[in-house]
Amino acid sequence: MAKAQLTAGMTIDGFRLEERIHRGGMATIWRVSRDDIDFPIVMKMPFLDFEGDLSLLVGFEVEQMIMAELKGPHVPRFVANGDFTVQPYIVMEYLSGPTLLRQMLDRRLEINEAVHIAIAMAAAIGDLHQQHVLHLDLKPANVLFRPTGEAALIDFGLSRHEELPDLLEEQFHRPVGTTEYMAPEQLLRVRSDRRSDLFAFGAIFYQMVTDELPFGATGRMKQVRRRIWRDPVPPRALRPEISPALQEIILRCLEPIPDQRYAGADELSFDLRHLDLVQMTGRAARLERADRKTTFRRWLNWRRTMREIRESATKPPARAPIVLVAVDLRSGLDKVQQALLDAAASALANIPGARLACLNVMQTSLIAIDENVDAAGENIHVQRIARLRRWAEPLQLPRGKITYHLLESHSIAGGIVDFARSNAVDHLIVGAPAVGGPPVSRLTAQITAEAPCSVTVVRPTKDY
Amino acid sequence: MRVALLADIHGNREALTACLADAVRTGVDRYIFLGDLVGYGPDPAWVVEQVARMVDDGALAILGNHDIAAISDHDTMNPLARAAIKWTRERLESSHRAFLVSLPLDLNEDDRLYVHSSASAPQDWIYILTPRQAFQSFRATAQRLTFCGHTHIPALFNESASSLPHQHVPVDGKPVPLLTQRRWIAVLGAVGQPRDHNPAACYGLLDTDTNRFTYVRVPYDVDVTARKVLAAGLPKALAVRLATGA
Repeated sequence: MAKAQLTAGMTIDGFRLEERIHRGGMATIWRVSRDDIDFPIVMKMPFLDFEGDLSLLVGFEVEQMIMAELKGPHVPRFVANGDFTVQPYIVMEYLSGPTLLRQMLDRRLEINEAVHIAIAMAAAIGDLHQQHVLHLDLKPANVLFRPTGEAALIDFGLSRHEELPDLLEEQFHRPVGTTEYMAPEQLLRVRSDRRSDLFAFGAIFYQMVTDELPFGATGRMKQVRRRIWRDPVPPRALRPEISPALQEIILRCLEPIPDQRYAGADELSFDLRHLDLVQMTGRAARLERADRKTTFRRWLNWRRTMREIRESATKPPARAPIVLVAVDLRSGLDKVQQALLDAAASALANIPGARLACLNVMQTSLIAIDENVDAAGENIHVQRIARLRRWAEPLQLPRGKITYHLLESHSIAGGIVDFARSNAVDHLIVGAPAVGGPPVSRLTAQITAEAPCSVTVVRPTKDY
Repeated sequence: MRVALLADIHGNREALTACLADAVRTGVDRYIFLGDLVGYGPDPAWVVEQVARMVDDGALAILGNHDIAAISDHDTMNPLARAAIKWTRERLESSHRAFLVSLPLDLNEDDRLYVHSSASAPQDWIYILTPRQAFQSFRATAQRLTFCGHTHIPALFNESASSLPHQHVPVDGKPVPLLTQRRWIAVLGAVGQPRDHNPAACYGLLDTDTNRFTYVRVPYDVDVTARKVLAAGLPKALAVRLATGA
């Protein structure tokens, strides 16, 4: 393999080298062009130093293999891979936007900005997982934003495709990753748990809102172990404006045992977008780290915890199925509401581990600006949630199993379907009035036609 | 070009028919038979005739250990296999035997080696179940790709510069890029007697243009084959295992 000096104006496989834009420790990146490609592109080439670390080369093989499989707005668009035996390269879309790292270094983020970014990141991570890829090296330097707002993830040299050979498995004697954001199971070289990416997300989110790293600037792999027994300073202690709900989310992501984190990016996104409905636990109110006695006890047990982590990480995690009931709260629909209740109870009994999401959609006018407050001055939203809770009360579901949601949409059917789609609902239950009743059946038909999951249409039992 | 690779048909007419139909639907240009056409299953003559016809049309076929046993007095197999081979011998005519005897132990085509069990000592019928056995096979050939069967358990091994070959359990239906800088051994699942707890017949699909290889599963009417096994007086276990893929 010839080690030619790269200069602007050279062509490699028809790609013209325009300008070197990055020279990192492991690869060099050139802005390139080709006549038939009408969007900005770059070529990434690894340093082929055979005296050096072989892991760099395998990382490049991994990145080549996986980038060719990925699609969508949350990754750079793949163009071509160069033959490894001639000149390895990856040509992909050029995303110029500053990385999250750059943004964080420029200035301190407002809380709502950080939440906005977190929502975009969670969506990107969820999309990656849906394409069966685990990133396993998420950090602010690997997150970019498109002008349209989506987060795009880069640098797949350590990632894993769940359905393809893992070239990095057992390859090296030490774990690989960026210590500041690494999940404990990655120390055990577990490369198959999606929740490792959620841990890294939690560490990034923590850093965004507090300007501190949750576990310090570790540097050495051995110190990564500490996060098993030493919890981070609660974010609210560093920045009181952080709401308990946000802290709940961040600390849940940073739980050492994977089973105690979010089961998947979908659930995390759900919570980020419905902060007022986050289930609070002891994490939310904490203002101090665990005391010395507790920490000491955890340290004594750290090996047992590592075993728990390994077990938790290597069994396949199940996402709690979500049953969505769209409830029409208008008066005179008692029979339908009762039938919905029965259908919900039945669905929950038949789908093990399912959670119930209760949804009411308020139709908004396309023209007028709607009021938040009714004639009596009561907040309309609060009232509706209260009525939803009253409707669900007979089910007697524990807090972790039921959530309440309000939506405003000028199309009720559209609102329900969108909600089902963006929350990855598994089963949707809607009501239809008795045959011969009001012409709301068109709504049911639209929902059934467009829903991304099974739909149960419930009619009230007939009066005889 | 699309190449279909079929291993371990073992006299199973229904499974082979289903796989061939699937291959035709997909649009396959070339067929490779990786041995063990007969043994265990109730339709050895039919399978041999079918494959012989396709070989006349340009397909390639190689020899498996059950094929050799069926045309010789070979008798060092397990009791189930021995019983089935005895029965099979009685069902093969001289034309079938002539076809089987003409098959080579292995074949090379472009950068591919086709062999029944392992490139290392093919006549020893080594099972490639672990990285160490894969390593031995890699050493015995210069070809980039090796396709074999014999174990009835799908597995994909790749050779890297630094350590023992890496073992991957393939995901049904997922095309795997056979990275050109690495060498690969694709151990096919069985068409006629799967042993990876999935009763669906298995064959391999190689796309030489995209350099991707897929393990294809084709469900077939297991009951029909099982009933034939029993009707033929073959051991009951051979019928039962078809339903469980064990």
